[in-house]
Amino acid sequence: MKAAMKRSNAPIFWGLFGAGGMLAALFGPVLVFITGIAVPLGLILPADAMSWPRMQAFAQHWAGKGFLFAIIALFLWHAAHRICHSLHDLGVHAGAATRLACYGSAALGTLLAAGALWAVGF
Amino acid sequence: MSETGKNGKVIRIEVLRYRPEQDREPFLQSYDVPFTDDMSVLQGLQYIKDRLDGTLSFRWSCRMAICGSCGMMIDGEPCLACKTFLRDFPAGAVRVEALAHFPIERDLVIRMDDFLAKLESIKPWIVPKEERTLAQGEYLQTPAQLDVYEQFSSCINCLLCYAACPQYGLNPDFVGPGIMALLHRYNADSRDGAAAERMEVAGSEAGAFNCTAVGYCSEVCPKHVDPANAVNQNKTRAAGDYFLRLVRPKGGAK
Repeated sequence: MKAAMKRSNAPIFWGLFGAGGMLAALFGPVLVFITGIAVPLGLILPADAMSWPRMQAFAQHWAGKGFLFAIIALFLWHAAHRICHSLHDLGVHAGAATRLACYGSAALGTLLAAGALWAVGF
Repeated sequence: MSETGKNGKVIRIEVLRYRPEQDREPFLQSYDVPFTDDMSVLQGLQYIKDRLDGTLSFRWSCRMAICGSCGMMIDGEPCLACKTFLRDFPAGAVRVEALAHFPIERDLVIRMDDFLAKLESIKPWIVPKEERTLAQGEYLQTPAQLDVYEQFSSCINCLLCYAACPQYGLNPDFVGPGIMALLHRYNADSRDGAAAERMEVAGSEAGAFNCTAVGYCSEVCPKHVDPANAVNQNKTRAAGDYFLRLVRPKGGAK
């Protein structure tokens, strides 16, 4: 027991997981509806709602950039944490490799998103 | 219990047996037990021990869900044998096994050394925030202050929540739901001043973050304690401690 009394670093990952979960619950369903149903089928929203110029302008505005970054990065960290724990439940215990695969892909996705948002300009 | 079976009902109780001096591994043994509708599973086991097989071992004491001694797996669910009734198994058979996730000492008796060591580690008593002399009188508390922790103080250490917890099953280093509920019971007490020390346990690698919010612990609790809630509250608090120690380096930081 004594050996396990080291302070856990889980709050970092749990915090990202929690923030991502909150955003996923608030925005996930409506994003699926807008990007997957409403726009492609021309329901409710105008057909050009997600046209290239509009989306480019959205990604170039600081608020749009921030929204896209938070949605992409935190969704990824949420998923990584969930997958890591589900693997543990299935008997694949979180060793260095599992953690690297899960949180590493979230970190990579975060960097890619940041890079892409930077590249799209202001 | 002298006149059992007056209604002619008989139930087959399958019991997990293990006598370390003669059995290589645990096995199921069946007993046909006459019963009446007011008989608990515990009374069924007592019938077996008194009339059919005196070698059967199990823990029990109060017979009324207060002592927490008779926790066992009944048809695969963690239950108190005294609070579970034979009439509720209409198929005419019930399987009784030692609590899951614990080493078996003998038959239905498990070893609880692990839990007791963890219990000691959280100082399960009130450490007064400020010492008062007898002359100064009682440590007073308002009903609102009592409400904050009262449900958690109902824990009877029966270990059903440990048998229910898949995370404890996977990693016995996890302090577990019961300890988290008790830790919270004292930390949330307005008279107590040792929260920082207990948070070292809650925020450790053996602590709250092992929980994946399954919630079965709270479902099986015979005393309506909500250990899952205690774990959640302490995840938040431990996360707060984790980040705040950088700005306010005191209390619980190692």
